[in-house]
Amino acid sequence: MSEDTVLSCTGLSKKFGGITATDNVSLKLQRGARHALIGPNGAGKTTLINLLTGMLTPTAGRIELLGVDISRLAPHQRVQRGLVRTFQINQLFDSLTPLQTLAMTVSQQLGLGASLWYHLGNDRRVADRCEQLLNQFHLSEVMDQPTTQLAYGKRRLLEMAIALACEPRVLLLDEPVAGVPAGEREELLQTVANLPADVSVLLIEHDMDLVFSFAKRMTVLVNGAVLTEGSPDEIAADPRVREVYLGHGEAHG
Amino acid sequence: MLTLLFDGVAYGMLLFVLAIGLSITLGLMNFINLAHGAFAMAGGYTLVLLMQKAGWPFLPSVFMAFAVSALLGLVLEVTLYRRMYHKTHLEQVLFSIGLTFMAVASVDYLVGSTQQLVQLPEFLKGRTELWDGALGMGHYRLAIIVVCALLAWGLQWLLVHTRFGAQLRASVDDRRVAAAMGINVNTIFMATFAVGSGLAGLGGALGAEVLGLDPVFPLKFMIYFLIVVAVGGTSSLTGPLLAALLLGIADVAGKYYVPKLGAFIVYTLMVLILMWRPQGLFTRGNA
Amino acid sequence: MSTTSISLGAGSRERWWEFAVWILLLLLPVLLPKHSLLVSEITIIALFAMSLDLVLGYSGIVSLGHAAFFGTGAYAAALFAKHINPDPLTGLLVATLVSAVLGLVCSPGILRGSDLTRLMVTLGIALILQELANKMDHITGGADGLQGVLMGPVLGRFEFDLMGQTAAYYALAVTLLVFLLLRRWVHSPFGFSLKAIRDNRLRAQAIGIPVHARLMAVYTLAAAIAGLAGGMQAQTTGFASLDVFGFDRSADVLLMLVIGGTGWLWGGLMGAVLFKTLHSLVSALTPQYWTFWIGLFLVLLMLVGREKLLRPWTWGRRS
Repeated sequence: MSEDTVLSCTGLSKKFGGITATDNVSLKLQRGARHALIGPNGAGKTTLINLLTGMLTPTAGRIELLGVDISRLAPHQRVQRGLVRTFQINQLFDSLTPLQTLAMTVSQQLGLGASLWYHLGNDRRVADRCEQLLNQFHLSEVMDQPTTQLAYGKRRLLEMAIALACEPRVLLLDEPVAGVPAGEREELLQTVANLPADVSVLLIEHDMDLVFSFAKRMTVLVNGAVLTEGSPDEIAADPRVREVYLGHGEAHG
Repeated sequence: MLTLLFDGVAYGMLLFVLAIGLSITLGLMNFINLAHGAFAMAGGYTLVLLMQKAGWPFLPSVFMAFAVSALLGLVLEVTLYRRMYHKTHLEQVLFSIGLTFMAVASVDYLVGSTQQLVQLPEFLKGRTELWDGALGMGHYRLAIIVVCALLAWGLQWLLVHTRFGAQLRASVDDRRVAAAMGINVNTIFMATFAVGSGLAGLGGALGAEVLGLDPVFPLKFMIYFLIVVAVGGTSSLTGPLLAALLLGIADVAGKYYVPKLGAFIVYTLMVLILMWRPQGLFTRGNA
Repeated sequence: MSTTSISLGAGSRERWWEFAVWILLLLLPVLLPKHSLLVSEITIIALFAMSLDLVLGYSGIVSLGHAAFFGTGAYAAALFAKHINPDPLTGLLVATLVSAVLGLVCSPGILRGSDLTRLMVTLGIALILQELANKMDHITGGADGLQGVLMGPVLGRFEFDLMGQTAAYYALAVTLLVFLLLRRWVHSPFGFSLKAIRDNRLRAQAIGIPVHARLMAVYTLAAAIAGLAGGMQAQTTGFASLDVFGFDRSADVLLMLVIGGTGWLWGGLMGAVLFKTLHSLVSALTPQYWTFWIGLFLVLLMLVGREKLLRPWTWGRRS
């Protein structure tokens, strides 16, 4: 296995009773990857993410992160090792403000998460990192507002900011621009484009504009199994892929 | 020992009929109704008052117990419970505890706090001994087993073979999809709650002679109903049935063999079972 | 200081009225000497309610059996004073530790499963302990309770007097100290992670928070504080009886917390004062049927919602 592979899964399968949601999937993510996972609805993309992050237990297969077998690790342990995801439907902490949410996440990252004694904002590093993230994700003006009052686009930005606050080595983005109104998309797309170069990103998206402008490699998932994998040009030219989508969105050449 | 088993089964069947309404309510409406025992009490007191004050015979009074509790359930569902469905479990718990307190205090005020005695009709009194007394079957308990078994079988038939049953099962599985398919979920809730409360009332009436009846009945027995539901699960009829039988036998056997420990055994078993399998003994999958 | 630091600090800075209330509370034994016993009683219950707030308000765990730890603390302190050492502070330490251990042992039971499961496990444990205390009557006095607990002087100097003034100061001082500690806890990263777990357990896991470990820790801490309150109860009243484990006690403290408001520490204190006042008023009018009125109050409170109930000017409006 190449030294540069940060995340890989081999022969990953998941069966629910009689249904095979994930069928013998193997995937490799290189350092600094910009890898997209596409496929029709119900292809099993989110299931795959859930398997990689440990929310679901696979029926077969193994997962390696930075050369270490993480197949048996609990979700929070995988996060601590640098495997972080965002959710298709915002999963935020409604009773906290964006600032508090980020501060808590950053504290957890710095190993201060279990501290009962010191006060949330005391450590300079926490305050500084929060400020950085708030600026990067255009959340500074709303940092003290209760999360429930934020506009949808801001909530989506916060969703991603939280993931970045975890200092990920590998970032799994589950449809980051889904449902975001046109006016707020640009902010979000910019942020996705500006993600740090050494973070490896696996992106699930239906928006083909975003996919083709972002990805350097793509994997197509159909009925839980890998149909094909390759560069954007190869995928766009592949007739099987066109057939699968049956006119859903145009393949760019 | 066989007699103990027999008594335990009778107790268990009674508990099943008492608790099944609670299980269905929780499964269908995701509502934790700690006032369920109050409906049972309503049935019990209906029986007693009709027989003592109005001179009604036993069987019609039992039937009325079902009817009164069902009606009470219907009215309360439409007026009060319906507003609580979308609230948190904590709020539902406190709400139903409040209703229970009101029920307990009202009955205490109106009827007094002494234990109520039930005069069984002649044909239900008496006892049959088999195998030289190894198995002693009280006729009343035998009747309870038969009636409750019939009810259980009837409920199963209702769920599996009728349209109402299918609609009910659909609503339990996915309320929104069921509504989208044209199933009148509100009516299903109302009818189910009424039947569940009615069954509780029936159980309360039948059980008055066996379990006793006084104003604190809901508080005393609520824990048993909850055990049946927590251990038996809310996704089937057989789960609560088996849990109820297990509970009935364990309680009767425990109180006979180790009277010093009494209910302690039942509580400990329950806590251990729930810590081992939080989703209940008889459910598959995650909680 | 950057704006972020300022904002983060603002949430937890003490407000002026908090000082005022505590000064008033600490002066109560002097201002109302005849009501000292009541002051101790309410303070102790308030501390008990605050410990439940940690579990319910901050972590979202519905517990109907928190009295299990209150009762354990009470009996532990009473037995310790009777058979080993009548020094109050040592006894309190023992009560706290014993309850903490019990809390730790029971905490796996509240991690998995539905709300109903948690309800049943917590309820079950309290019932088991009550039964145990009942049956082991050669140690605990059974249904009669453990009587004749004579305490030594606090810190070797302050004797517990019949008027209850020492008891009141004792209870207030201990509660204030614990309150300050709790305050620190809820504004720490740990405290915020509890709220995160309560709001969205899935996401909390997804940012690396070890959810089970945190919940076990908070449950143990809450048990310890409940035991502390129970220990003080036994020490200031001189006896311990079975009702310290009772469902009534668990339900009452739950109600107090709901009235006062969960998720902000003052809810326990406010709720305790309001509840006790309500109780005194209603009991004076209809001593036997307190249950009915409190039941009605609960039903209305839940139907209308606490926010609306406390704002009479919104009653006419549809929300």
